[in-house]
Amino acid sequence: MRIVLAEDLALLRDGMIRLLTAYQFEVVEAVDNGPSLLRALTTHQPDVAVVDVRLPPTFTDEGLRAALAARAQMPGLPVLVLSQYVEQLYARELLAQGTGGVGYLLKDRISDVNQFVDAIRRVAAGGTAMDPEVISQLLSRHQDSSPVASLTPREREVLSHMAEGRSNAAIAARMFITEKAVGKHTNSIFGKLALEQSEDDNRRVLAVLAYLESAPREA
Amino acid sequence: MPDASVPDAAQPAAGQPAGRWALFGIVWALIGLRIVGFVLFAFLVASTALLVIWIGIPLLLGSLAALRGFAKLHRRLAGKVLGTTLNEPYPREVSGGVFAQLRFRLTDRATWRDLAWLLEVQSIGFALELSALVAFLILPLGYWGSPLLLRTDAATTRLLIGPQDEHLRERIGQLETSRADTVDHSAAELRRIERDLHDGAQAQLVALGMNLGLAQELVTRDPEAAVALIAEARESSTTALQELRSLVRGIHPPVLADRGLSGGVEALALAQPRPVEVDIDLPGRPPAPVESAVYFAVAEALTNSAKHAAAQSSWVWVRHDGRSLTALVGDNGVGGAQLTPGGGLAGIENRLAAFDGRLSMASPLGGPTIVTLEVPCALATTAAAR
Repeated sequence: MRIVLAEDLALLRDGMIRLLTAYQFEVVEAVDNGPSLLRALTTHQPDVAVVDVRLPPTFTDEGLRAALAARAQMPGLPVLVLSQYVEQLYARELLAQGTGGVGYLLKDRISDVNQFVDAIRRVAAGGTAMDPEVISQLLSRHQDSSPVASLTPREREVLSHMAEGRSNAAIAARMFITEKAVGKHTNSIFGKLALEQSEDDNRRVLAVLAYLESAPREA
Repeated sequence: MPDASVPDAAQPAAGQPAGRWALFGIVWALIGLRIVGFVLFAFLVASTALLVIWIGIPLLLGSLAALRGFAKLHRRLAGKVLGTTLNEPYPREVSGGVFAQLRFRLTDRATWRDLAWLLEVQSIGFALELSALVAFLILPLGYWGSPLLLRTDAATTRLLIGPQDEHLRERIGQLETSRADTVDHSAAELRRIERDLHDGAQAQLVALGMNLGLAQELVTRDPEAAVALIAEARESSTTALQELRSLVRGIHPPVLADRGLSGGVEALALAQPRPVEVDIDLPGRPPAPVESAVYFAVAEALTNSAKHAAAQSSWVWVRHDGRSLTALVGDNGVGGAQLTPGGGLAGIENRLAAFDGRLSMASPLGGPTIVTLEVPCALATTAAAR
């Protein structure tokens, strides 16, 4: 799997190249600033881009902007954005294009190597990987009168995992329940939130995220 | 006149006193202005008399504004005659209803000085100017006498309505208070940051180092225990990062640095449990300290509405009118809120005072609550401001 990596801190960049190579990824180019990132993405058209939000020259949200610009040019280009902090505003901008193949994770998550590698694979396959912190912020907006409040604690847990981008099988493995039980929960969730069920995992995740992103509605 | 109350000491004088020909022109202008002065005087008297019915209030406000303009014109002319600049002694204008403005005008010493000066300039001043004109026309005498008479007239104007020390003293008092508040505030902030670091991230890193050290000892003897310790160490690093993140958010939120006030406030709105409508239209970015103070003010106001006002929704509106930045934060909650000394908003008020900013709150029982911030500042036009 071919990867373009953008990270301005040499220490982290080298560490990540080592990590990715150890997991059989091929880092075709590693850049350290926004303009070269956009150029690298257009020339290599990688299977997935792993991008730090804050990059030179402005040290603001250069990486995110370059990633969004590249996705505008090449719709569906899988991008996994990493950051020291998560902002719902940025998650919303990444999801606004309505297509999958996006991820937005805290840099801390790299330390859980298996999860991180799993997230890269998921994004490369057109899925999503949203940081649990993004999801918990989204969920916290839906209180009291929102239909989300009517979910059981178990259903809420399934909903968070689903919103993070996990498949039923992965959710079942994490919650130590059967896939069938997860399916039962998801049916109930989609019923309570009045969302249309979909066989396609990625479409299902995007529907849930769009629902949580929108302003809380009354039950 | 944004900073009219602070005469700029470094400002150079307007140059040489006017020459004889210029003075000859000025004396005609002054004589002409005496007619305007009489009309103005009549208006002031009439509008004062009309105060018994409501029409008098706007009329008096208008006449006083005209008097101010009239005085400004004379300050400029007197400045030309004397070859200096006469700074304006007026304090910063207030906004508000007609009564608030009238009270502000009538309690402003500069207004009363303007009035006293009007009486002087229409009588003694008029006499001096007429004599100067006559003397100019009778050449030999006027060559020496007229400039002297005009300078006496201009000096009287300067004496009566020139810049006054007391305004400076008042202003220095304001600045001293706001500076002391700012220093207190930064000291308290630094103390908080130090404590947060000490109890939070630093402690976590110490624990992490300890666990790793222990794991190193155990790795050959008891690999299983070592693995458990390493897992614990990783957890400490995650917690430490979490604490650093929340600390950074409290100092200078990254999204504010990235996207400016509009992005920062939008991010704030997204994090609120209730819908927040954001309407921000700024042609550029305010200076970073102002941006940050306004951001935290909006954050505090939104938190208050969510916590205390039982509001269903809130809104934020921000504009810049060329002189100052105005931000309004409102909600549809129960109202009845007050600015408590030592409370969150009072702290913000102190912070804004450092930029001559103001914070006020209108919160009648039953709602709605509206917090208003006003900070005089210029905007920097950058591509990054969106």
